Amino acid sequence: MATPPPPTHAATDATSPESEAPVRATMAVPDADGRFGQFGGRYVPETLIAALDQLAEVYQKASNDERFWDDLRQLEKHFTGRPTPLYRAESLSRHARKHADKKNHGATIWLKREDLAHTGAHKINNTLGQALLAKRMGKKRIIAETGAGQHGVATATACANLGLECYVYMGAEDVRRQHLNVVRMKLLGATVIPVESGSKTLKDATNEAMRDWMGSVETTHYILGSVVGPHPFPAIVRDFQSIIGRETKAQSLRHMEAMPNAIVACVGGGSNAAGIFFAFIEDHDVRLIGVEAGGRSSNAGDHAAPLTLGSPGVLHGSMSYVLQDADGQTQNVHSCSAGLDYPGVGPEHSYWKDTARVEYTVCTDDEALAAFTLLARTEGIIPALETAHAIHEAVRLAGEMPSDQHIVVNCSGRGDKDVDEAARLLGIES
Amino acid sequence: MSDQGASGVDRLDRVFAEAREVNRGVLMPFVVGGHPAGTSLPDLLRALERGGAGVVEIGFPFSDPVADGGVIAAAMHEVLQTGRTVEQLLSEVRSVRSELSIGIVAMVSVSLVEKLGGAAFVRTLADAGFDGVIVPDMPLEESARYREAASRVGLGFTLLIAPTSQPSRAIEIAKASTGFVYLMARTGITGEQTQAPLISKPVAGLREAGSPPIAVGFGISSPEHVRAVVAVADAAIVGSALVRRLADSTSPAAEAEAFCRALAAGLDRS
Ligand SMILES: Cc1ncc(COP(=O)(O)O)c(C=O)c1O
Repeated sequence: MATPPPPTHAATDATSPESEAPVRATMAVPDADGRFGQFGGRYVPETLIAALDQLAEVYQKASNDERFWDDLRQLEKHFTGRPTPLYRAESLSRHARKHADKKNHGATIWLKREDLAHTGAHKINNTLGQALLAKRMGKKRIIAETGAGQHGVATATACANLGLECYVYMGAEDVRRQHLNVVRMKLLGATVIPVESGSKTLKDATNEAMRDWMGSVETTHYILGSVVGPHPFPAIVRDFQSIIGRETKAQSLRHMEAMPNAIVACVGGGSNAAGIFFAFIEDHDVRLIGVEAGGRSSNAGDHAAPLTLGSPGVLHGSMSYVLQDADGQTQNVHSCSAGLDYPGVGPEHSYWKDTARVEYTVCTDDEALAAFTLLARTEGIIPALETAHAIHEAVRLAGEMPSDQHIVVNCSGRGDKDVDEAARLLGIES
Repeated sequence: MSDQGASGVDRLDRVFAEAREVNRGVLMPFVVGGHPAGTSLPDLLRALERGGAGVVEIGFPFSDPVADGGVIAAAMHEVLQTGRTVEQLLSEVRSVRSELSIGIVAMVSVSLVEKLGGAAFVRTLADAGFDGVIVPDMPLEESARYREAASRVGLGFTLLIAPTSQPSRAIEIAKASTGFVYLMARTGITGEQTQAPLISKPVAGLREAGSPPIAVGFGISSPEHVRAVVAVADAAIVGSALVRRLADSTSPAAEAEAFCRALAAGLDRS
């Protein structure tokens, strides 16, 4: 494919005229100010600037230190269980072929099995890296926000393993929806702090974590869970997650003897997507597709799709696409999936959207629930509800692509945490 | 007060100059625009002026105020629940501006400022009669554009210094501010404190570097705190302690006036 087709959903705001050819996306971002094109930056109270400077400096030094990467590679290999497999989903692919729009359509779907990483999701890639950075900074107290609880569990796990104290902020609604993960965090020795403000979901947990950090910044590191927040978080989290894409590239060349034709990932804050996309950003023949939470409808408050339905603005420390009202107040969001239930998204995704490098689309709650069951029945894999959004899009897309082509889906997490919520939504008797 | 004609940063300069002449500090109460529900902002501003405020900071309610503690965050949340808009706040200030000689400064999140066009929003504030603007979640590095916009329309532009700011950086921040610079007395979020803050060292460093007037806030809650602050700095900012009283009061405007008067007892240095 020479050029990627236009995104399936146009943004609500005006797009640039054709004469203004967009710049090509590069991997050489962000710049020194943390900018990905016009996105990113640092919009935080002065109190946090010194800690962000320190983090950027320590990360810069660690990046150039073989020992740091050796330590991380050892943990990834023996603790996380990397590399995760690239699994050819024959039966799911057959299903897609059966429902294809044309006879010779129905691409082969492969799953990058991040669900098999220790703790059951990609989130561990980031938390181990950041926990090692915290140790380098001499900070022994760790805070984190969590939505689905996967990042909270991954943070609690890294802290247990590396001897750090762990506090996790979690919206009260998510404490209910993702109860299994709350128990896991407690077993791992973390303190879980339910957040009762606002919508009691991921956004509010992030607010509380930032408030904690405002007062504790000198002794505490905040392990942000996605490619969001002020510089240098989006770059650091992307870098730690980019192992997913590097492995995928090598495994694709081995198993398909080619690059995949398309890569699909769900987008909440955007870390699993950035992780699998990043290594392919300059491989312009590989289509990259991010799937946001379409929720109940495209009406304000019914979805969590800032890239597809939002506009540029500032939330939680960086400039990016966001769901805001006319005054700039953050809008309510909805998704059946706690990990996607967030009104913002990482600034690099906004950059990829505006440079047309990545296509962004949505998957509704109902479609995600159907894909959740489909993957369980066809492959014997119960995915996270977040991941199910990507599965839906991959099956749909496979049906439009020739049967000799290949799609890789980032199977970002396993669905154990979601079985109660899925049973409730699907009306399964237990 | 004299010189009703001055506006914007000139008015702020005048407030500080007049206070200095009589060896007094400036009282800077903070209220959340539209809070408490049922009290008109113009009435509240009149009451604060009568109580002895020199400059009033009006916080624009924001859905995700990460620098604010429970009291202010709850007040903002309550106002937003009533569906109030930025435009309503601007028009209330516009309606009362000519009656008042106090300085009026907007405290507004960068999320709102950016949504309404960044520099254009700064102009809107000036048109509504604000004298200065504080964007508490916009650090020095991101501020140049707004600073220029503020200076073009004659608005004061205040940045914040935190206890975690390196001394050399604190000086840069002070020099980039006009009207006054905001010195955070503590790390952490807004909220009442029992102890007066320790600020003499940072204040001395800033003075030596030729800082604009220094206003100190975060946790200032009593006349004793005000006295301790203005013993070294130029102004004391009182937020949560006032907002909590207004939230609890059956006649908020009267409460605002009385509490200001009590705090103002700490302003006299002589
Ligand atoms: C399995 C899984 N996938 C995806 C996400 C969404 O986050 P991100 O977009 O940062 O990958 C989460 C978040 O909790 C998750 O648990």
